[in-house]
Amino acid sequence: MGNVIGIGASPKRKEDQRFLTGRGNYVSDIKRPGMTAGVFVRSPHGHAILRSIDKSAALASPGVIAVLTGEDAAADKLGSLPCGWGITDAKGVPMKEPPFPMLAQGKVRFVGDMVAFVVAETPAQASAAAELLTVDYEVLPSVVGVLEAVRPGAPQLFDDVPNNICCDWELGDKAAVETAFRKAAHVAKLSLVNNRLIGNPMEPRAAIAEYEPGTDRFTLWTTSQFPHVVRFLMGALVLNIPQHKLRVVAPDVGGGFGVKQFHYGEEAVITWAAKRVMRPIKWVASRSEGYVSDRHGRDHVTEAELALDETGKFLAFRVNTLANMGGYLSTFGPNIPTNLYGPLLGGVYTTPAIYCNVKVVFTNTVPVDAYRGAGRPEATFVLERIVDVAASEMGIDRVEIRRRNMIPKEAYPYQTPVLVQYDSGDPMGCLDGALVAADVKNFGIRKAESARRGKFRGLGYSTYVEACGLAPSRFAGRLGARGGLYESATVRVHPTGQVTVMIGTHNHGQGHETTFAQIVSEKLGVAFDNVDIVFGDTDRVQFGMGTYGSRSLVVGGAALSKATDKVVAKGKKIAAHLLEAAEVDIQFEAGKFSVAGTDRMKTFEEIAGAAYVPHDYPLEVLEPGLEEQAYYDPVNFTYPGGCHIAEVEIDPETGTVTLVNYTAVDDVGTVINPMIVEGQLHGGIVQGVGQALYENAVYDEGSGQLLSGSLMDYCMPRADHMPMMKIATHSTLCTHTPMGVKGCGEVGTIGSPAAVINAVVDALSHLGVTHVDMPATPNRIWRLLQNASLPVAAE
Amino acid sequence: MKPFAYHQPDRIPDAAKLLTSIEDSKLLAGGMTLIPTLKQRLASPPALVDLSRLGHLKGITDDGATITIGAMTPHAVVAASKLVKAKIPGLAALASMIGDPAVRIRGTIGGSVANNDPAADYPAGVLGLGATVVTSTREIAADGFFRGLFETALEPGEIITALRFPMPLKAGYAKFKAPASRYALVGVFVAKFADGVRVAVTGAGSGVFRVPPMEEALSRSFDPSAIAAIRIDTDGLTSDIHAEADYRAHLVTVMAKRAVDAAVS
Repeated sequence: MGNVIGIGASPKRKEDQRFLTGRGNYVSDIKRPGMTAGVFVRSPHGHAILRSIDKSAALASPGVIAVLTGEDAAADKLGSLPCGWGITDAKGVPMKEPPFPMLAQGKVRFVGDMVAFVVAETPAQASAAAELLTVDYEVLPSVVGVLEAVRPGAPQLFDDVPNNICCDWELGDKAAVETAFRKAAHVAKLSLVNNRLIGNPMEPRAAIAEYEPGTDRFTLWTTSQFPHVVRFLMGALVLNIPQHKLRVVAPDVGGGFGVKQFHYGEEAVITWAAKRVMRPIKWVASRSEGYVSDRHGRDHVTEAELALDETGKFLAFRVNTLANMGGYLSTFGPNIPTNLYGPLLGGVYTTPAIYCNVKVVFTNTVPVDAYRGAGRPEATFVLERIVDVAASEMGIDRVEIRRRNMIPKEAYPYQTPVLVQYDSGDPMGCLDGALVAADVKNFGIRKAESARRGKFRGLGYSTYVEACGLAPSRFAGRLGARGGLYESATVRVHPTGQVTVMIGTHNHGQGHETTFAQIVSEKLGVAFDNVDIVFGDTDRVQFGMGTYGSRSLVVGGAALSKATDKVVAKGKKIAAHLLEAAEVDIQFEAGKFSVAGTDRMKTFEEIAGAAYVPHDYPLEVLEPGLEEQAYYDPVNFTYPGGCHIAEVEIDPETGTVTLVNYTAVDDVGTVINPMIVEGQLHGGIVQGVGQALYENAVYDEGSGQLLSGSLMDYCMPRADHMPMMKIATHSTLCTHTPMGVKGCGEVGTIGSPAAVINAVVDALSHLGVTHVDMPATPNRIWRLLQNASLPVAAE
Repeated sequence: MKPFAYHQPDRIPDAAKLLTSIEDSKLLAGGMTLIPTLKQRLASPPALVDLSRLGHLKGITDDGATITIGAMTPHAVVAASKLVKAKIPGLAALASMIGDPAVRIRGTIGGSVANNDPAADYPAGVLGLGATVVTSTREIAADGFFRGLFETALEPGEIITALRFPMPLKAGYAKFKAPASRYALVGVFVAKFADGVRVAVTGAGSGVFRVPPMEEALSRSFDPSAIAAIRIDTDGLTSDIHAEADYRAHLVTVMAKRAVDAAVS
């Protein structure tokens, strides 16, 4: 049945058969016998002392089975929600790591902090009872902005975290940077805000937990990007459930973007509660609930300085950032604005000295953690913006200043001054390709045409690199990771030659079921239709670290590639026996094992059959069966990058920015499925454009209320915001991954915000505008134009 | 959503009786505002009185001097109506800009006018055209109908049955959409009649309002340039995370000019 469809082909996605016909299986589709409904009661205050909770009215409400609070969790001696990274300051002092109870104890620290869990027969009964819970709060002033949080006299979230500073982190050679600044011919300076974002996956978070007393086993179905990690963190560190007694299933998941790659308190509470009530419990978040409980992203305030010589060569780069952590440390929280930020400040340039200081700050907001790109969009934005500022101030063309500082293709591998060593890349090639694709040479004509209609047109560049394929465990361990970051794959060849792959990554929109099947089809010569990919169930998949940080193909795909190599190696042994030849003489090509130089051969199916029906089989040297497993731990990060060019048109009357052209030429290494890569680029770019032009999570200082708490007030990018994009790849091969792949899941989100804002600033540069904060909303642009005393266009 | 009783009367008097006899009961027209508030448990009326079975409240008629649109006529029907497009194209254009296709198919003109959301589109059209609100008990001129933030002249139990629009010489609507909700951040409806021009603004303040200086200027010269220099006062205008009051004031002028442009083109 079917054909081999291998690397480089663009078959339609296997998973779309079920998604497009309404046959997906999401957590909220699952029903368990005797299932009850759970609802969380959340703090309406940003900061308050939790004086007491009176459960009596809620417990008396119809259908209520249980009401659980932080006191109950404390009585059961449950653990704090763990942080997966422990960073240290310049002196080696560990970060402040206050406990993160799964239900608030003593205090609430953000609007949405969980104070109780109500279990009832139906969702309506649980909601009604939740409204009857009497919580006595002593409201305290909230602090939501990082600048405000570190000021003397600011409200303090934790008694033992002075000035709300979790960690004062640094990276780089401070003295060398200071020396370089003293010698500089020019210093460009820039203050900027990286706006806070809310992920908004299409499917809200949800969970079902069930306890089976007969086997003393728990099952948690959850909307997670990494079920094995949830099993470990929750089982071993929070609930004290042995790993073999806990099954975590993440079935079809409707988008993650990072939001679902953390261990959430809701998962722990519902699992704990399921045993207490001895019934399965389902919880499904509303969209509004997601806004105040899904981990947020970004939220930096930064001062940056770039030192240059008289020719525009970068001498040194200094960055001081305040990064918002929210009310507690989430799973990867402190890692994002530090280890995934500072090491990216070299960009694609030969800047010899870089210093970065990041103060990681607690505030009365939802905990901040990884969101698509995670640290790297923030770094890229700072660097690519200040390069434009420097070019403008020194009167050097923006493309020219980039060329003068770019790492030449021949200089790879390239060691940066901020830890990372790029293995491969060709930023100049990406830039040249993008200049042509974006028709930059005729931009002047388009700008003049816009001007005739009273509009301002601008062009913006972002030549960037990122680090993904998270992550080499040894390297991550040195940076504070408390776990490994390898991946595993099992290739099970059935007696009839079909293949089932069990892999530890999780597919929630990325097309893994297709991409990974193409790898197997190519490497084993089996039909694409004869390969199925299994993921997302700790009882079915051996182990895994999940999907985030553009790691699935890079790390998981590498494990899969290694496992298929093992299958071929074993197949050769079987073939050698059956064909009465020496193992070294067996060749494997296009699904056939043959004796070199002869026409004697066995098909892949024949070898699989022999492995399971070992009548004539070398049992003395080989075990029956054809199933191999591999774990892969990368030796380095991978470094995709490229050049993005945005073209915008601004209506000066209203301040509206319209993105009119977008071009991306990216180096993502080997491309397995070009259609899927293009889709990842499209989605990633749209998310970056969302940050640049539309999205903004706004909190009210003092009360800690989230003012942008719904889709009515938080503007997601929409189809009609986007022009047709020009997407191309200009790939160099990664030198250390088995297939030369680099990853493509986040590049769009990382490269695009700077390109868009650089275009906006370019369009307004004739008015003296040098920077525009994100999102570049109509009101913000209009205000800049007012301040620039723009004469109103006469009609 | 909390439980509620559901009534689907066949006659207006029955609907009115239910509405007055059940305290805090609500009329259900298209439900585009009411249903989300019920789902979020922000409102919990004991009963809903659904008007959907009152077939005669749907439809558009023309008596030569006016166009009458039944209260239960969905936005999409108004937007696509050959009659409205021919006689008051600005009103059809307004209807086509409301919400998204799903909202336009469910949402009704009567529901929108009765709700009087400060950022809804129809109040600008109704006030800008000087329409008459026809109810179960009387007729109310638009100028006396809208009373600010979600407030109208409707009495308890009074049900809007139709909107009657006079036919202008020219009319146009320009809307600056709030980026997330796509309600009017500022929307301006301009209508020219033989005896003068009316200008109505939605989205900018706590309720729809007219701009007499613009009306006077446009009555003298129905051209965008006539109002380009008119600035409205920021007093009473809304400031929120999407737009500050002075920006809204600026947009009123810009959108008014564009509405005139739309009316004359």
